[in-house]
Amino acid sequence: MTEHNTAQNPEGVCTAPVGLTKRTDKTIIRVADMHKWYGNFHVLKGLNLEVKEGERIVICGPSGSGKSTFIRCINRLEEHQRGQIMVDDVELTDDVKQIDTVRKEVGMVFQHFNLFPHLTVLENCCLAPLWVRKVPKREALATAMEYLDRVKIPEQADKYPGQLSGGQQQRVAIARALCMKPKIMLFDEPTSALDPEMIKEVLDVMIELAGSGMTMICVTHEMGFAKTVADRVIFMDQGEIVELAPPEEFFSNPKEARTKQFLNQILQH
Amino acid sequence: MSLPSELPPRQDIGVIGWMRKNLFSTWYNIVLTLVAAYLVMTSAGPLLSWVVLEATFTGDSAADCGGEGACWLFIGQRLNFFIYGFYPDALQWRVDIMFGLLAVAFVPQFIERFPRRKWFGVFGLTGLPLIGYILIPGGWFGLEEVQSSRWGGLMLTLILAYVGILAALPIGIVLALGRRSDMPIIRGMCVVFIEVWRAVPLITVLFMASVMLPLFLPDGVNFEKLMRALIGITLWQSAYMAEVVRGGLQAIPKGQYEAASALGLGYWRKTGLVVLPQALTLVIPGIVNTFISLFKDTTLVLIIGLFDILGAVQSTITDPAWRNVTTEGYVFVAFCFWIFCFGMSRYSQNLERKLDTGHKS
Repeated sequence: MTEHNTAQNPEGVCTAPVGLTKRTDKTIIRVADMHKWYGNFHVLKGLNLEVKEGERIVICGPSGSGKSTFIRCINRLEEHQRGQIMVDDVELTDDVKQIDTVRKEVGMVFQHFNLFPHLTVLENCCLAPLWVRKVPKREALATAMEYLDRVKIPEQADKYPGQLSGGQQQRVAIARALCMKPKIMLFDEPTSALDPEMIKEVLDVMIELAGSGMTMICVTHEMGFAKTVADRVIFMDQGEIVELAPPEEFFSNPKEARTKQFLNQILQH
Repeated sequence: MSLPSELPPRQDIGVIGWMRKNLFSTWYNIVLTLVAAYLVMTSAGPLLSWVVLEATFTGDSAADCGGEGACWLFIGQRLNFFIYGFYPDALQWRVDIMFGLLAVAFVPQFIERFPRRKWFGVFGLTGLPLIGYILIPGGWFGLEEVQSSRWGGLMLTLILAYVGILAALPIGIVLALGRRSDMPIIRGMCVVFIEVWRAVPLITVLFMASVMLPLFLPDGVNFEKLMRALIGITLWQSAYMAEVVRGGLQAIPKGQYEAASALGLGYWRKTGLVVLPQALTLVIPGIVNTFISLFKDTTLVLIIGLFDILGAVQSTITDPAWRNVTTEGYVFVAFCFWIFCFGMSRYSQNLERKLDTGHKS
């Protein structure tokens, strides 16, 4: 929970213009008055958010605040019960076709990596492009190697996930998501399950990605990352967005008492 | 500077070291070792003399079987019946071809470095049953027809087990997926199917298939007895298989489903590419266990008058032309079953090792 990880300037790190998206004024995600319940428990209470193409958003908040649930609603790993979510002009409803359309364009990185253990690193990366995008095999392999190169583990391509360290696995997971050439990347606490010495290698990859213009929504406790990379920081508590501000303002001059309390707890160490 | 590596202590290595550590480490163990050695030696001698030294291997009739040893001559004389049943002698080459193809398909599976052994396996699962379906009953391409009532012995045992295993696995997988489906009607149907078939003894299933089923079928529709038995065995076995596979499906972490969904894989691709390969690998021991158990359960077809290898042997050991050969007959049957079951077991261990990707968490 410190700032040790992200001393670099993101613009300086990224040189290759690999991302598909540029910063525009187009709204790519629109969440309007979105509610979700688990049984009788009201997890998300009327969230509103508009994300522009190329924007980098960091969501933080105490555990149980609904931040993971929120981003999992954006690719419909969780269903919302009221309100509206539009991703790249497609509304998320029960319609399986629309869900598939959205999922093609939204990559996700999980806390526990969730690589497919029975496939090699390279096969993990090629699976979805081959079967969902129907990319020719040669092209899929080339793309996979390109992204493995970008996350700096091309030499592990033929290994199985079980043979890699946590940090390496998470970088493979990022490459796997990028191989689908998504317009949006969701990160659900990508460094929370990692040993401290591995956090930096994953954050470096994410910073590089941010520099390439990818639209990113990132649930994380890495405040250093938020300061360096985020365009806006969201603080969530008890299922609501308590505060939403650019990082300078968010960290130096938070308005809400709950945000102040949270920042005090998290930045003291 | 690091410490130099040293050799291990001398008395811990080699045969002497092993014996000292495992057989003669304490007074108590020395006594146990000696007692066990005595028992082995006293029982091995008579066994060896019965099986080999005093046994009769050659000759023409029961009269040649003298002495105290086993009368293997009996097995040799009746081997043809034990393997082919009443299959006509002149046409047995068709069965021999199938035995040969069976070996061609599966022997390579035990040889680690055999080139393209995967394709031999694929042939064993697709081409082999197809060829068998044409060759063994005959009746087309100018092949003389052989009624299934004349099939018997080892050949029949293998047909029953092979078809049962081959058909039950895919049906079982479908049932297991259905039982975990979100759709209530599909789930309900699978639950009912599994619970009904699993709760019934195989004997009952065979009896029903042989005696009751013909009463329910419309006039003119009639399957042979063997076909009815095969269908009964397959459905019964698939219910068991479904529960084994379901165990594997439940062991796959939710994260795997989520990662596959997040990548845009739909239900069938998620299941076929991500979930099933992992689930089936996990339950190989359970699947093979079920196979072995089915292989031995095929002997129950005796009840509906089919002569599998056990039935064939049992019907000849009472032959008054031979003196008491009961033991020899049963030992032979046990040995045949053991060969095949041990083979399946070894193959499954082989497969588990090969599919292990070091991901044990």
